[in-house]
Amino acid sequence: MTSATAPTQPRRGLWHRVRGRQGRNLWFALFVAPFFIGLLVFVYVPIAWSAYLSFFEARNTVTPTKFVGFDNYLYLLGDDLFRNSLLVFVAFAVFIVPLTYACSLGLALLLDKLRWGRAFFRSVFFIPTAVSYVIAAIIWRFSFFNGARFGLLNSWLRSWGFDPVNWLGGGNNLYWIALVSVRLWLQVGFYMILFIAGLNKIPVETYEAAALDGASGWKLLRWITLPQLRATSVAVVMLLLINAFQAFDEFYNMLGSIGSYPPYGRPPLVHLYLIALGGGKQDLGVGGAGTVILTAIIVAFGVLQNRVLNRGERADR
Amino acid sequence: MKTGKVGLALRYGVASALALLFLLPLYVIVRNAFSTNANITAARWNWLPDQANLTNLHSLLANDSIGIVRAMGNSAVMSLLQTAGTVTVSLLAGYALARYTHRVARVLLGLTVFTLMVPAATTFLPMFIITAQLGWIDTFRGLVIPGMFSAFATYLFRQFFLDFPVELEDASLIDGCNPWTSFWRIVVPNSTGIIAAVGTIVLIGSWNAFLWPTLIGRDATRTVQVALSQFMTSQGVRYPELFMGTLVAVLPMLFVFLFLQRYLVQGLTTSGLR
Repeated sequence: MTSATAPTQPRRGLWHRVRGRQGRNLWFALFVAPFFIGLLVFVYVPIAWSAYLSFFEARNTVTPTKFVGFDNYLYLLGDDLFRNSLLVFVAFAVFIVPLTYACSLGLALLLDKLRWGRAFFRSVFFIPTAVSYVIAAIIWRFSFFNGARFGLLNSWLRSWGFDPVNWLGGGNNLYWIALVSVRLWLQVGFYMILFIAGLNKIPVETYEAAALDGASGWKLLRWITLPQLRATSVAVVMLLLINAFQAFDEFYNMLGSIGSYPPYGRPPLVHLYLIALGGGKQDLGVGGAGTVILTAIIVAFGVLQNRVLNRGERADR
Repeated sequence: MKTGKVGLALRYGVASALALLFLLPLYVIVRNAFSTNANITAARWNWLPDQANLTNLHSLLANDSIGIVRAMGNSAVMSLLQTAGTVTVSLLAGYALARYTHRVARVLLGLTVFTLMVPAATTFLPMFIITAQLGWIDTFRGLVIPGMFSAFATYLFRQFFLDFPVELEDASLIDGCNPWTSFWRIVVPNSTGIIAAVGTIVLIGSWNAFLWPTLIGRDATRTVQVALSQFMTSQGVRYPELFMGTLVAVLPMLFVFLFLQRYLVQGLTTSGLR
């Protein structure tokens, strides 16, 4: 350690200011460099590149060939399949986010009220977190929602005297039941843990004070528990939203290769992937435009969600 | 709080029913893994397996189109490397972002949090191209390194270190440590809980990853998720082997999960998301 901080030293050079007292800034740089270099190369460069490419034609190449302005965006927004898969996915997010939120909060509240066996039930609800979408899709596709008569649901239907249903490939909308239930099974436990963490942070005194004032049951939930869980809720909704728009694995594995995707059940991600890398135009510019549109939608939802929750906060005060 | 006996019984009833529902898919894996094809595809659903021996395991091991042993090995190498890499890199960065509060540190923190909101869809295409340009297709480098820089892990570590007593480090600095030795000898040994928690999240996520390994992994580095997915959509899919493969692929993570769940819950509870 050099004495860069000696009080008698009249002027400190640029180098001394950069390295900081006792080399503090150098140490900081040393600690954060590996992470931020990686973040720059593998996250920020791709983001910027995607956005940049979206204004160019880039067939079969990663270097833009021709500036096309907003043509890629117009092309995608004029593409029925893309528009519909976006619409379906907005609907999917609007549906799955509140549903997962409510189910995980419900489980957390249920566990909170149990006297014994909490750890056991917590583990049981949490354990699907360890299972992959691929494996869950295998179970759902071949055992629960199998279109043949030996699927679990179909064998129940038959025993009640109904005809078997072609759940995943029947050209109906029943595949959404499978997609929603598999996502709930895999995700609910993780968010339940976050809610349990939030519940544990609420001071017991708050409940006691409210109980003294005569509040109970729904009133406690509405006026104490939910407002106190606001920070957790914001984080949970944001994570759920991002996850909903990134849904890919279970769509691909449950619906893939059953003929083809149901007309509008194809996630935008699959669609973009196919456009950019697989079939069609093989134009990475179009792919870039698609990801920018997707990101814009997520950010818009995030902003909206913040607005709504903040307004709720002001109204509560 | 007062709860009537009826109410409590009702709650246990609901909790038990839900527990059965949550365990059902896992049970179905086991049932199918130890069943003959005839039992799985019987018109009447049988709850019990009919072949409680290792026949299916043997035919799984003999099935070259799955290549389960190789795939499991690839998955293990990939997820362990990714876990070690992510935890190291994020631990360092999260610690520094919690301890330093000057302007640069605040900007870097903002950049980290922002990437939490950017969907993978935005980055995966150019990320794939960068990886291809580096010549990392079908290599472990290509599987591991691009996904190693997790804002989520860094953020979790940072939240933890905000509550970590800085006095311990101050004392060690006075005793002649430099920031690195203080970090390595004082901070890391006292952070094993959060390291286990973040490590578990990264390990499970990496083992279960599908989209990226599908793009990068080819013959040499096909992971078990990709192998199962390909076998499942192939023409000659045989249910007993598929489900035995599923069981083999899910068991390691179930064990990891059961052993490390305590840290996971603690980590998410004490630091985690606020």
